[in-house]
Amino acid sequence: MRIVVKPEVCMGCQICEIWCLVAHSMSKDILNAFLLEKPRAKPRIVVERNPSEYLILQCRNCEEPKCMFACISGAIYKDNGVLKYNEEKCVSCLSCVMACPYGAVKFEDGKIVRCDLCNLDPVCVKVCPNKALEVVS
Amino acid sequence: MKFENVIIGNSSAAIGCVEAIREIDSDADILMVSADRQAYSRALIPYYLRGKIELEGLLYRRQEFFERLNVETKFGIRVERIDTNKKEITLENGEIVGYEKLLIATGGKPFIPKIEGLNARDFFTFQTLEDVLRIKEAVEKAESAVILGAGIIGLMLAEALVEKGLEVKVVELADRVLAPVLDKKTSEIVQRKFAEKGVEILLNNTILEVRRNEKKILRLKDGREIETDLLAIAVGVVPNAELAKNAGIKVNRGIVVNKRMETSVKDVYAAGDCVEIFDSIAKTSRPIPLWITAYMGGRIAGFNMSGIPRDLSFVTAMNSMHFFDYYIITAGLSNSEDGEVISRLEGENYRRFVLRDGKIVGFIIAGKVGRAGIFTRLMEEELEVSGFKDKLLNDNFGYVDIPEAIRWNLLKEKVKFGVVRDAWI
Repeated sequence: MRIVVKPEVCMGCQICEIWCLVAHSMSKDILNAFLLEKPRAKPRIVVERNPSEYLILQCRNCEEPKCMFACISGAIYKDNGVLKYNEEKCVSCLSCVMACPYGAVKFEDGKIVRCDLCNLDPVCVKVCPNKALEVVS
Repeated sequence: MKFENVIIGNSSAAIGCVEAIREIDSDADILMVSADRQAYSRALIPYYLRGKIELEGLLYRRQEFFERLNVETKFGIRVERIDTNKKEITLENGEIVGYEKLLIATGGKPFIPKIEGLNARDFFTFQTLEDVLRIKEAVEKAESAVILGAGIIGLMLAEALVEKGLEVKVVELADRVLAPVLDKKTSEIVQRKFAEKGVEILLNNTILEVRRNEKKILRLKDGREIETDLLAIAVGVVPNAELAKNAGIKVNRGIVVNKRMETSVKDVYAAGDCVEIFDSIAKTSRPIPLWITAYMGGRIAGFNMSGIPRDLSFVTAMNSMHFFDYYIITAGLSNSEDGEVISRLEGENYRRFVLRDGKIVGFIIAGKVGRAGIFTRLMEEELEVSGFKDKLLNDNFGYVDIPEAIRWNLLKEKVKFGVVRDAWI
């Protein structure tokens, strides 16, 4: 499965980003996640912005994942068709950051940040008010 | 004994090949032969020395990987020779194995320059599991270390040894560290990082002679003599291509392969550090001893060995490195002055792009490396960036900064074939 974007109905509200952050926080509570938790959790989905435009970039769970091919430690692997990331095996060499053509693997505050598809029920898709995000298999 | 696929080697290229073959064909028989007793990730050796991972962490595919993928293994056994007429290989124990398709993935070996008085037992290299185990033991009794070569391997070793409390010196022939990939500005930042940790880097210098008393005495090019407990040589890796050469397969600096990873001999493929390959950016064939190049080369070989024609379409040097938590990603002609160079340095955050005919042919991103893969993509696509080149220098450059007319085309995934299936790791 993968998440696809329908850019024509995305209005750049960043609600996906906010709830992605909450889903990856310790408390799973929006106020705690934003106001109390330090370091603050990081959203996996990216809403790029410049003064006039915006654009959602999501992990495509690629069929031929360059991040996985580049990984020197086996921390990135596929399980039932879904890319998984094992933080314990990761040595933060950033080969995946170098390899991902979409910039969907990020490195923030010394940690690799990447989509895990929320156990096959991605929160970004659920919360999008415009249905600009969709799951396809 | 005969196999449809025989793979010599068990590192990145070999694993890439096996995984590709199994995407196409779950039945084809595969034999993997390697002088190494275990399949492990050589790229992880510095992390093991630093204590960031345990010994098991070096295994980048699980123990049961070969069983699950139904791959027969003969590890810890050297291949003596290849007979490309009879299509068989001879192992060191005298066993003869026939093949239909053969992949040579024999890797690279450290280059050791000629130094007066240097004996094999005087120095360490830093490439294999055996190397790191020897170094680990030697470090217990050592107070000082000298490393010849300020490349990625040499500097990663220097970082590990200074963390272990040794007094470390690095001797480098060039006028700066990491000279093949970094420009002067980035090299200077890296040099500063090492200086802050007390590592002395001796540039424009080399070791001319080794003598020994209870320590090793090194006579340097600049005339001075330094003493050290431990000497390591890390000046580079050269292809391990003798086996191929002795079999009459064409070898220049490395085993010569085309885009399908075919050698000069039918049904014999090669990939990884043992080959020289056409660099799409530098427009020349050369060894590119990098993990991802090896994996992709092996993968492409695997498809072709399984009868699915496929090219390795884009290859260039790409490095992701870090020293004392300072991160650098480079690709292509990263430090070239030949072309239009645009750069921005802000504190220790640095971005440098080399453009030719309005296209990116190389870059260095250091400090905040963010989402550097986007630039690798723009390079691969040979996208004309002149119209928005200033934006490349922003820390948060993204696809949104690329004109809409071309953006969506770039964001379509290039689905080819061969679907990576389940948990092979």
